[in-house]
Amino acid sequence: MSVNFTTPLFKVERDENKCIQCRVCEKQCSNKVHSYDAEDDVMRAKDQDCVNCHRCVLLCPTGALIIKKYPNEFRENANWNGQAISEIYKQADTGTVLLTSMGNPKPFTIYWDKMLLNASQVTNPSIDPLREPMETRVLIGRKPDKLEYNAKGELVTEIPPQIELNVPIMFSAMSYGSISRNAHESLARAATELGICYNTGEGGLNRDFYKYGKNTIVQVASGRFGVNKEYLNAGAAIEIKIGQGAKPGIGGHLPGRKVGEDVSATRMIPIGSDAISPAPHHDIYSIEDLRQLIYSLKEVSGYKKPVFVKIAAVHNAAAIASGIARAGADVIVVDGFRGGTGAAPLRVRDNVGIPIELALASIDERLRQEGIRNQISLVIAGSVRNSADIVKAIALGADAVYIGSAALLAIGCHMCMSCATGKCNWGIATQEPELVKRLNPDIMYKRLVNLISAWNHEIQEIIGGMGINAIDSLRGNRLMLRGIGLTNKELEILGIHHAGE
Amino acid sequence: MKIINAQDIYYRQLNELVDEAVKTDKDITLDCVFGQRYIGRGLPEGVKIKINGFPGNDMAAYMDGAELEIFGNGQDAVGNTMNYGRIIIHGNCGDTTGYAMRGGEIYVEGNVGYRVGIHMKEYKEARPVIVIGAKAGDFLGEYMAGGALIVLGLGLKKGEDLTGRYCGTGIHGGAIFINGKQDPYKYAKEAAQVELTDTDKTLLQKHITAFGKYFKKDVRQINPENFYKYAPLSNNPYSKMYSK
Repeated sequence: MSVNFTTPLFKVERDENKCIQCRVCEKQCSNKVHSYDAEDDVMRAKDQDCVNCHRCVLLCPTGALIIKKYPNEFRENANWNGQAISEIYKQADTGTVLLTSMGNPKPFTIYWDKMLLNASQVTNPSIDPLREPMETRVLIGRKPDKLEYNAKGELVTEIPPQIELNVPIMFSAMSYGSISRNAHESLARAATELGICYNTGEGGLNRDFYKYGKNTIVQVASGRFGVNKEYLNAGAAIEIKIGQGAKPGIGGHLPGRKVGEDVSATRMIPIGSDAISPAPHHDIYSIEDLRQLIYSLKEVSGYKKPVFVKIAAVHNAAAIASGIARAGADVIVVDGFRGGTGAAPLRVRDNVGIPIELALASIDERLRQEGIRNQISLVIAGSVRNSADIVKAIALGADAVYIGSAALLAIGCHMCMSCATGKCNWGIATQEPELVKRLNPDIMYKRLVNLISAWNHEIQEIIGGMGINAIDSLRGNRLMLRGIGLTNKELEILGIHHAGE
Repeated sequence: MKIINAQDIYYRQLNELVDEAVKTDKDITLDCVFGQRYIGRGLPEGVKIKINGFPGNDMAAYMDGAELEIFGNGQDAVGNTMNYGRIIIHGNCGDTTGYAMRGGEIYVEGNVGYRVGIHMKEYKEARPVIVIGAKAGDFLGEYMAGGALIVLGLGLKKGEDLTGRYCGTGIHGGAIFINGKQDPYKYAKEAAQVELTDTDKTLLQKHITAFGKYFKKDVRQINPENFYKYAPLSNNPYSKMYSK
């Protein structure tokens, strides 16, 4: 008989004094960890199947459950640690590519945490946002080189299409399919109330959500799912997805089991069929070809909507960004290597791409050097965790940020990194009706509104402290940043001084 | 019928002229077309355009029901992400013809380039069809997810192949119909030869007849029974590749 080499990651600890055998944990767990043993009148747990999503912990009426890291240890080895060993066992057992979800969890440097912000003292007094006007609204889109007025003082320069965001934050692309209908509805309604935008991802736009169009960015990826003329004109902007921070150079693949009736209608593909997005767009092999796609989208949308191009942050991102600007895009989106995903090969997620902070600094610098920074807005993504990260991103040169993981956390994600299984107990990354209905959009959209409103106020506090009353005045103002514990090379790339300088 | 002379007109202006023209006249002829892109993009049902010359890339992108007839060659990405409609090309056509098309028909009198029918889809009653009069380049039907690709092999020399290599790589829906047996090495591991059904034969006969009509060719010698059908082994080809 062959032995199963894999050991559990988590241990379910049940306080038998508190447990009342109500079986809520059993009903709540889609991984079927908990079961009731009628013979002994006790609840049992299969540690092996637990993903540590906290659903049972939080719903247990008596607080009887705790999930812990599984205490079993391999012999201590700094090289062959438990994870490295377990991965070998799994691949030897199944012969499969290791699949994972959410962003890169490895202990790489988080540059946001190595940068400190400035504040005014004595001179250039700080501004109190509670009593003074403070502008956090931004316009995203290509800006003209100059403004021209006629003799009557009227503007004669044609302004390229822009989208207006009340806060420099958008919800990043997460397709219907990778996340649930209720999760999408929460994002769409929150974006509408906040005066920002959410992004359809590459899964098309459900008929019921066309009404949120003013606050929607529709995405076009290599699979072209759900893309037609009506879809392309349904949103405020169109985004071409070239790459994603979690899996640069890799396509997407929604397994057929997640393509139910509603997802099928939204993607316009048969029920149960795999939705495969090839790694490249096969009509784009060059910057000139990218221009062709950008302008095909502009042609079909009457030149009324900004066209975004999203790439993963990779080694030569600055040169690519310059090409994207010159190809006619209105907005470039750069997604760092910590960006989330519904599913990605683990080795790719953990080893490919570069930190967004460095990519952002080098792209902004390159576009300025070439004198084309005004021609394109720069939106960044790839693990923006809080309002301070956003302020730092804007000081490094970003026009706005996309948040994905943070938005999902706001609606109940517990970062168990198991999205790909489709069994999300919080009703987010699943298409199973029983699980989807656990997520109540009426409640969850308000949590998103709360989060962004709180961040907006924090942004105002922080920039007010610098004596700045408009987010536009902070953009690319790297003097407001100082590095801490960084090498000269890192400081050079970030274009900032060290603290104390 | 409205006639527009496209000579020396940039594509943006040309497409605007077409938009303007279809408001009053659904029948349009474009003369002296020479490389202008995106002709017919997004145009709806009822519009008919005759194109004399050589339209540029991405002709009929996102087209939504219009009918285009081209007296010349098509370039790359004809019918890109087309939703519905018909394209008739009296000539050859370039790479990625019918990229991600979801519905409608494309008839090409001569040859087509690489990656034709890539990621063609189907959804409910929308089942796109591309009929190729002569032969196709490599990667025909790559990532094909629906619809039908039909290669007639007309006018080829004896022994000349109807398709290039890697036919049907990544195919997970739809079918490829070839008028004659092909060397199996040309077919990707995701595709296999399967028997023709009666529905297939009806479909083939319908499009062969239409081909003959559009190009004024005698197609009576083309027998649907002689076609070889290649279809995906699975509509979930990569499900076993990844860990759970």
